[in-house]
Amino acid sequence: MNVLVCVKRVPLTGGKIVLTDDERAIQTRHLGFTVSPHEECGAEEAVRLIEKHGGASAVLTLGPPEAEEQLRDLMAIGVDRGVHLVTDGAEWDPQATAAAIVDAIRHQPEQQDLILFGNESADAGNYQVPIRVAHALGVPVVTGIKAIEVEDGALRCEQEVSGGRDVYRVPMPAVVTVKEGINLPRYPSVPGRLRAKRKPVDTISPTPREPRLEMVKLRLPEGSGKQAQILGRGPEAAPAVVEVLTEVGVL
Amino acid sequence: MTVLTLIEHPEDELSLQAYAFARSIEPDAEAVTVTGDAYAPAAWAKTLVELIAQRSPTAVVAPGSDRGNEVMAHVAAQLDQPMAANCVSLTPGDPATVVRVRWGGSLLEEARVHGSPLLVTAAPHAVAAAAAPEVETVHAAANGAVAVSEHVTATTAGVSLADADVVVSGGRGVGSAEGFAIIEELAQLLGGAVGCSRAVTSAGWRPHTDQVGQTGTKIAPEIYIACGISGATQHMAGCKGAKKLLAINEDGEASIFASADYAVIGDLHQILPAISAEIRKAKGA
Repeated sequence: MNVLVCVKRVPLTGGKIVLTDDERAIQTRHLGFTVSPHEECGAEEAVRLIEKHGGASAVLTLGPPEAEEQLRDLMAIGVDRGVHLVTDGAEWDPQATAAAIVDAIRHQPEQQDLILFGNESADAGNYQVPIRVAHALGVPVVTGIKAIEVEDGALRCEQEVSGGRDVYRVPMPAVVTVKEGINLPRYPSVPGRLRAKRKPVDTISPTPREPRLEMVKLRLPEGSGKQAQILGRGPEAAPAVVEVLTEVGVL
Repeated sequence: MTVLTLIEHPEDELSLQAYAFARSIEPDAEAVTVTGDAYAPAAWAKTLVELIAQRSPTAVVAPGSDRGNEVMAHVAAQLDQPMAANCVSLTPGDPATVVRVRWGGSLLEEARVHGSPLLVTAAPHAVAAAAAPEVETVHAAANGAVAVSEHVTATTAGVSLADADVVVSGGRGVGSAEGFAIIEELAQLLGGAVGCSRAVTSAGWRPHTDQVGQTGTKIAPEIYIACGISGATQHMAGCKGAKKLLAINEDGEASIFASADYAVIGDLHQILPAISAEIRKAKGA
């Protein structure tokens, strides 16, 4: 089978977000980058499915030239090749993103049996690109998946819901969005990193469109204004902690 | 002005928040719930698209839940219209503007929506719920669309993380899987659940089901005790619902202290056993 996983380069935000002067992006001068956590699991799932069932995997991203770093990271854990839709770094809205991905998928040398996404991106969290892609390709889509099995050429997918799991059975080709927890992604090995350097990456220059969900600016939510009450330092603080627990009513 | 609200269930909290959101745009907002033999997102969306064609609403609002976002994204795809997920406010106009959450709530985005009808989901806990006086039920036929084919009931033991009154979590500062013994001990004494940060699940010390965060479980306990957790935005997005936060950290400059109600500075490996001993003493007295 052929599996394609779509990922997005996002900053590693740490504890405090600082915005750029124009308030349209996060100040990333001192930050590293990664892919959204759900997508990292998507890449791991792609590699596992190919290890088990044979075939080939590919990782696709739409992003600036620097996003090649994320493609190489995921090829280092075993994805076979990369597809890079290169942008100037400005964020694309969900409809433009989906259209560019659909176009790229249609131009792949082989049919993709499974197209994986993360359930939502860590940064924008628009919750719609995979569904738009599936709709445009005319293939079924299931979201928020925590387990995938291939059974008789179809997919058995489990989704966590309150009180248990819902099961979907979908024929391939299909779009599936996964959530973190579906697997524990492996760390890239040194040989894996070396191999990743030689794996092929196709670059495509997609045509931007006018955004229909147009970001104007970003702002930080108002702080809690909290000033933590220091109960103490070290084990001597224990009685004060117990006092708080009693006050809160949990003791 | 007609505004439609998608209600998952007339008693569902997030649905009633979505209804309150819809009423902030139009006081006479309509509430609709979709039923069918089984949950079938694309088919449910198709039913809503038909309703939209009949009633020409200015806006359609769904809850910012898994299903709310999923069905609305299908509606948006079928209509080829923009959709704004997890909004905290909407101002009609040409174009309409929304404020929506990013990074699990760590950042707000102001955006213009160039489309009609306005398709939005309401961010959880952005507005107080309002009961819908009347909820209309429409039936969706799956017609072969993707649908839930089976439900597997979970066999859970102990207090669930999402519902616990007390959550005691450990982060990288715990140091190892074995280190969680003192976290478990305190959680047990308090009748609470054990949680952890993403660093801990990535290291394989705890299962992902224990993870509190943007991509883990969102919790809302009476008190959250975060031990050796620095307070990355990823983590804080999961514990915003906690009524009180007690942070225990060696690093007095850790960003978690900026969101904490109570702070203890020092080594959790010494502090937690001391707290547990103190609780036993209090209980014994």
